[in-house]
Amino acid sequence: MLEPINISLESLNLMTLAPMLIPVIGALLIIIIDTIKGGLDKTLYVALSLLFLFMDINALLASATTFAEDGTIMGVFDMMLIDGIAILGQLIIVGASMLFIPLALTHKRFHEFSYPEFFALFLFMVSGFQFMVATDSLILIFVGLETASLALYTLIAMHNRDKSFEAAVKYFTMGALAAGFYSFGSMVFYALTGSVEINQIASVLAANEYVDMGYVLVATAFMLGSLGFKVSLVPFHTWAPDVYEGASASMAGFMSIVPKIAVFVVAMRIFEFLIHSGVVWLEIVLYIVVVVTMTMANIWALVQTDVKRMLAYSSISHAGFVMAAILIGTTQSNSALFLYWVLFSFTNLGAFSMLWISRQKHLPDHQRSDHSYDKFAGMIKTAPVGAAIMGLFMLSLAGLPPFALFWGKLYIISSAVTGGYTVLAFIMALNSAIAGYYYLKLIVYMFMKEPVVGTDGHMYVSNATLALKSIIGFAAVGTIFAIIVLDPVLEFITSFVYNSGY
Amino acid sequence: MLDHILSILIFFPALAALLGFVIHKDSIRSYGVAVSFIEFILALVLWYNFDSNVSGMQFMEQLPLVPTFGINYILGVDGISLFIVILAAFFTLIGIASLGETKNIKNMIITLLFLQMTMAGVFVALDAIIFYIFWELSLVPMLYLIGAWGGPLRIYASVKFFLYTFTGSLVMLVGMLFMAYFYYQATGQWSFAILDWYRLILPETFQLWLFVAFFIGFAIKVPMFPFHTWLPYAHGQAPTIGSVILAAILLKMGTYAFIRFSLPLFPDASVFYMFPIAVIAIIMIIYTAMVAYAQKDIKQVVAYSSISHMGVIILGTFALNVEGISGSIFLMIGHGVVAGALFLLVGVIYDRRHTKMMSEFGGLAQVMPRYATIFGIMLMASVGLPLTINFVGEFLSLLGFFQQSQVLTLLAGIAIIVGAIYMLAAYKKMFFGEVTNEKNKNLPDVTKTELVALVPLVIVTVFLGVYPTPLLKPINNSVESIVQLMHDKAITEEAKTRIPTLVVSKEIKITRTSMKEAH
Repeated sequence: MLEPINISLESLNLMTLAPMLIPVIGALLIIIIDTIKGGLDKTLYVALSLLFLFMDINALLASATTFAEDGTIMGVFDMMLIDGIAILGQLIIVGASMLFIPLALTHKRFHEFSYPEFFALFLFMVSGFQFMVATDSLILIFVGLETASLALYTLIAMHNRDKSFEAAVKYFTMGALAAGFYSFGSMVFYALTGSVEINQIASVLAANEYVDMGYVLVATAFMLGSLGFKVSLVPFHTWAPDVYEGASASMAGFMSIVPKIAVFVVAMRIFEFLIHSGVVWLEIVLYIVVVVTMTMANIWALVQTDVKRMLAYSSISHAGFVMAAILIGTTQSNSALFLYWVLFSFTNLGAFSMLWISRQKHLPDHQRSDHSYDKFAGMIKTAPVGAAIMGLFMLSLAGLPPFALFWGKLYIISSAVTGGYTVLAFIMALNSAIAGYYYLKLIVYMFMKEPVVGTDGHMYVSNATLALKSIIGFAAVGTIFAIIVLDPVLEFITSFVYNSGY
Repeated sequence: MLDHILSILIFFPALAALLGFVIHKDSIRSYGVAVSFIEFILALVLWYNFDSNVSGMQFMEQLPLVPTFGINYILGVDGISLFIVILAAFFTLIGIASLGETKNIKNMIITLLFLQMTMAGVFVALDAIIFYIFWELSLVPMLYLIGAWGGPLRIYASVKFFLYTFTGSLVMLVGMLFMAYFYYQATGQWSFAILDWYRLILPETFQLWLFVAFFIGFAIKVPMFPFHTWLPYAHGQAPTIGSVILAAILLKMGTYAFIRFSLPLFPDASVFYMFPIAVIAIIMIIYTAMVAYAQKDIKQVVAYSSISHMGVIILGTFALNVEGISGSIFLMIGHGVVAGALFLLVGVIYDRRHTKMMSEFGGLAQVMPRYATIFGIMLMASVGLPLTINFVGEFLSLLGFFQQSQVLTLLAGIAIIVGAIYMLAAYKKMFFGEVTNEKNKNLPDVTKTELVALVPLVIVTVFLGVYPTPLLKPINNSVESIVQLMHDKAITEEAKTRIPTLVVSKEIKITRTSMKEAH
């Protein structure tokens, strides 16, 4: 007969689950409301989602306070690991989601937002990403990743256009492959060490001094493949432009931020210990992948004719830029990663929102795609404020001081200098220069070309409501005045990263 | 107010530009003139309160921005930057006052005021990151000026201008990060403050590499041969006001940065690269002079002559002694006034005929005598006629370099004289002879508005040519302290001898007096 399991409830530390469970409860509530009374307006669901995300942030801040006082907390049979980078990751995930969800309040009616399931799935997805970053166990990471990804595929498809279905199916099949890679990599790690917890794996591997180097490399290769797919590193990036094009602009903006930070945290957990324990092979491969991702994505972005596709390639390039921080692997570089991503969230979400408010339902004859460059020609004459704000986001993405992203770039390049990666620092700087060209291209269209005859400024804000404008205004203010809050943010991030041992 | 006058100088135009959005477009020109006039008065107040006996920084301001990473908002002005700041205010005023009929004048004036903010910022920033911010920000208004109001190739020209400078400055940024990191290694603290960096003595190999990183950023801005190809396009396509500001102020950023960063931070590397850079400078002077001679467009002639003069400035800077550096700073101001004036003059004729081709003109001296006179004076100043502003600077620069190498100075001197040929030839083509083109018969002479802009420039050109002391004295003071700093910091023997010390050794004094006593 089996022994009854005796565990005190306190040792489980169930509070560690609170931040992830809040959105789950929210999602269930939304479904329940829908079953009781259907046909309610989307504003209700937006408000509910916002409220639950707000509670989520509160719970996160509470656990941040606990972390600052008592250090890392483990919970639920040591499955949950609430350390500094988990909290930072979750803060970015939830914060960016809060900026995203009001984008559903469009002026025009879009198919997906009329379903309450959209918001339920969205909250499930947020919870999935939160699980992913707040654990040390390869299994829970996988569960979180798949929960989130499956929800995301559906959200993309709900945009209800031919290209959206194509995008969702493409993302789904490629995602399935990545999931396979991930489980295979985890399996090899488990076979080598008998554990699925990353710190256990690290200590077992260190104890037997990496005798099975060949297998470690196989496992690492699979991990790199799957994580590289999720953050769209070259050569695993091929889905990104098509999926971004198929998804709605707001969803594309979301995809360029939230899933990636979740994966970056996981990558940080897995790759840091491997690099630091002298797996030279990984360092070389990562170096190559980072450089190729930055450079090639920039070059592809140069030739795009659609702004959204350009932004897709640009976010691939930014991901490569940030992956360099993981390669460098110092406290400064890991802090730089979070700083960069916070600043990037503002700017990139702002840029995609600008595309979102200019979304037309029917394309005029001269326009080949939803957001082709010539759509923005002469925007300064017809919609000066919009043009100025879009120009601002472009300059920030290009890394022009004193706008937000410049500080992120500065800090990452500085960490490369400090970490001894001199050549990499110059490659990063030169890549920013290449990137300058395609951001400038949009500015040239907006400010220096003549508008297409017969267009008026209304087209650029046709989808705008007060909610969307507020989000854009918020992003713009964040982009311009980032410098003011930079010091406390940097200190906060550095202390959290440092105290988690990265 | 005087405690924060530098911040006011920077942010007053920016604030005024923001307010400019609410001004009606018929009144915007007067608004622009008023704002830039106040800014100019502020700059003069700064000069009035500037103590020219002090060699160090004055009116320092400090405000922590990102103290954990050593980024602080530090401003200060010394003899080197003071006059360029005044020049920037002066030229914005003149530029806006002389603005002809343009489309979208409101956007243009707001852009110019933003540009003025960045120009003031670059020259008074004493923190590398703050410097970098203004340095980069100055690209955006200029991009818009060229791209929106330029000639037919304007988009190509503006993008080329932006990308060239942007690339160079990113390389420079990495260099700055290295400097901050070395400072961190030496002291355990991050700092981007230039005055902190001055105290850092780097090993020679580091200096050599860092010098190159900074050099790429500055050389593209100057622009030095072979990075100069963006400039003729930018000048050729830019509207008059754009060319004026570009030639008068923006190019000076590069040469100023050499004196502010490269020389005091890397004295040994400066000595090491002195001759290669001098050779580049001489190539610049000769080659661009030859290219200028082949131009058919008067604006291109002025543009290439501008590059040629920047060569002399570089030569003076890398003489690494007080005469050379003071001369190069004085020449920056002189060249600013003269090249700015020449571009304005080209603008005057362009407004009338909408062409800049020299073959279209001829005999203008008969039709527009006042115009021809002013053009003549400025042209003479440009070729360095004694008693004009450029002569002082060119002479001092060459004098400085003469102490380093006589052969190269001789070459440069001859090149400058030969360079006069293309200017005189251009003048002959445009102004002398019979009026051959019918369209030129009834051209009106310079109007009152244009005279308001041009006459002060003529006065400045001649006055400072005759009596340069009010400017030279504060410049000299600050340059002396920089040269002394370089001498003290230099570690190699070569550098110690190339960079003269200014502290006269006491022993010699005693022997001299004792000899007198002995006699």
